[in-house]
Amino acid sequence: MPRRLRSVQKPQAIAAKPAPVEAPAKASKVATSKADLSPEVASDLYRDMFLGREFEEMCAQMYYRGKMFGFVHLYSGQEAVSTGVIRNLRADDYICSTYRDHVHALSKNVPPREIMAELFGKKTGICRGQGGSMHMFSAKHNLLGGYAFIGEGIPIGLGAAFQIRYRREVLGDETADQVCCSFFGDGTCNVGQFYECLNMASLYKLPCIFVVENNKWAIGMYHPRATGPSAGDEEPYIYKKGPAFGMPGVLVDGMDVRKVREVAAEAIARARRGDGPTLIEAETYRFRGHSLADPDELRKKEEKEHYQARDPIPQLKKYILEAGLLTEGQVKDIEKEVIEVVEEAVKFADESPKPEKGQLLENVFADPKGFGIAPDGRYRYELPGFSAGTAAVS
Amino acid sequence: MATSLLPARPGGCRFDLGFRSAIARVQPFIRKEPKATLRNGPLHAVAQQKLMWEALREAVDEEMEADPTVCLMGEDVGHYGGSYKVSYDLHKKYGDLRLLDTPICENGFMGMGIGAAMTGLRVIIEGMNMGFLLLAYNQISNNAGMLHYTSGGQYKVPVVIRGPGGVGRQLGAEHSQRLESYFQSIPGVQLVACSTVANAKALLKSAIRSDNPIIFFEHVLLYNVKGETKEGYYQPLERAELVRSGKDVTILCYSRMRYVVMQAVQQLEKMGYDPEVIDLISLKPFDMETISNSIKKTRNAIIVEECMKTGGIGASLSAIINESLFDELDHQVVRLSSQDVPTAYAYELEAATIVQPEQVIEAVQRVVGTAVPA
Repeated sequence: MPRRLRSVQKPQAIAAKPAPVEAPAKASKVATSKADLSPEVASDLYRDMFLGREFEEMCAQMYYRGKMFGFVHLYSGQEAVSTGVIRNLRADDYICSTYRDHVHALSKNVPPREIMAELFGKKTGICRGQGGSMHMFSAKHNLLGGYAFIGEGIPIGLGAAFQIRYRREVLGDETADQVCCSFFGDGTCNVGQFYECLNMASLYKLPCIFVVENNKWAIGMYHPRATGPSAGDEEPYIYKKGPAFGMPGVLVDGMDVRKVREVAAEAIARARRGDGPTLIEAETYRFRGHSLADPDELRKKEEKEHYQARDPIPQLKKYILEAGLLTEGQVKDIEKEVIEVVEEAVKFADESPKPEKGQLLENVFADPKGFGIAPDGRYRYELPGFSAGTAAVS
Repeated sequence: MATSLLPARPGGCRFDLGFRSAIARVQPFIRKEPKATLRNGPLHAVAQQKLMWEALREAVDEEMEADPTVCLMGEDVGHYGGSYKVSYDLHKKYGDLRLLDTPICENGFMGMGIGAAMTGLRVIIEGMNMGFLLLAYNQISNNAGMLHYTSGGQYKVPVVIRGPGGVGRQLGAEHSQRLESYFQSIPGVQLVACSTVANAKALLKSAIRSDNPIIFFEHVLLYNVKGETKEGYYQPLERAELVRSGKDVTILCYSRMRYVVMQAVQQLEKMGYDPEVIDLISLKPFDMETISNSIKKTRNAIIVEECMKTGGIGASLSAIINESLFDELDHQVVRLSSQDVPTAYAYELEAATIVQPEQVIEAVQRVVGTAVPA
């Protein structure tokens, strides 16, 4: 049996509260607690997680039906992390994602139909068909993007956080109290940018929340095979790297949305009041292979079954019903509504027009003068044919 | 005129078959810098004149004053004032956040600058040495270059990535790199190389105001070049500069090679040649109007560059000239580039690696043939 989640209940767990600002930060483990959810919040969380799952399962279907191509990385199993963190954020807070970005975008309120249309390569997609599965951007929703290479999104999120501090202190904007949450996986925690950014976030006391979605597998690399154990442990704990960089590190059960939500709320509040970054390690699991192209041969059946039993969605549903937050009928209504939304997204994507060739040269440069000057002295973007996508650009 | 130095051009032959062997006869031990121009001369030498680093500093200062969203980040740009003093003392005026001293982590602070630019700031990111930016290559290529496009135009990245580059004086291989050839194929970025006091200031000011990511090349040996600046002047980033008008041959160069070429031109003039010299300024995209008009006039093109011959700026430029101006040429395009070797430490080997004025003279002689005395 996998040993990982057991560690959450290890007796060595120390105070759940992140260390006070001035005191040296300490790694802390969050003890199980009774998160009080209002019916509205419960409904929102359940809807968001259910939407994430339905959307991703639909993506798998559409991929196998030849409606989308390339590398498609599904989030199924990890919903509690996206929902638990992002549904705690304000609309003007920033998030930064990875190649596994559809569900982060959904949680940040990017319309499902625009994400699906992007996956279908249509011009109605959130990035006009120019991004694809691993590059979901939405400036309107302060989604800084999906970044396809390991670790490259972390500095981008740090830059957004720097900008928040800059706006507040240099430009005198007192409303600048946003935060930025960057998501990435266990495999990313061995790349340089991770450490570079932990240092700078702490050094400049930036409003960053680093959320490690530790799903234990970097494609076929089992986490303990890639990362040495933390001091005094038999296995590696990423959250313990937080205190080494002067910020709280928190380990949380990433299959339990209520626990994630509680930890995230504290980290967000800390960042928002100017007390600096937090590193959260959420232990989670992806129910599918790394991408739809992954044969997924290395993960053991028992391991998968173990986590399947901890599926965050039925877990929340059970809690909601037992706590009497929603009735079975209300839960069913949410599910029905979500299924309709996802089906509508597919219909919208399918019926949407493909990009025209003229789009080819749009948005290469924010200022099209970047295409340079043609032999006749005009800027190339002023030439006939440029907007048809047929102009020579070198 | 020393006519004995002028080998006769093979009569009537379109292509000069003697060219390769001529290049092989590079005189590696001759290296004469235009010291009065390139070396740090006395500050009081000419009234009103500035050094290039002062002009660059003025550009940063003026743009930071005009726009509070403009900031500069990098290693030692704040308290230390920049490794070549481009931000000297500016932190006293603008504070530590606008002149952000970063830890030594090119990949991290490059991405941070890009993220800040995506969300509303105008960020100048200094590579203490351009070569160090190899460590930030991923962020420059994947993020600065691509994400305006991949986001479908939603995010723009108004960054200026700048710093000292090129072959200095015996700095060794790693500090003597010409990254323009590495960066030129990144889509979505513009490459600009300054060369004079006037254009350094005017181009940097324009680069800071551009909404495009600009990679801005300064040259380690040009920071102490002297000259004048024009008040409030902004120079188009895409325009080449006509350095010398002539009719015999078009010499295309940039950055420090402008001075190597002009040193050669002094000799060539005495020999009776009348070359046209163009400073490309924009290494990507090329100013095809200026280049085409010149080649149509002179019917010959020599490219003089400091970067490597393989996959370099000259390689791209030569290909474009051959593709679009083939019928205008009387002679094949000639490229004078650095040797494809790591830059050695030893003075003589370093000199043999980069183009020397004598090679330019020889190339002009080969291409144009015997000069017709005026």
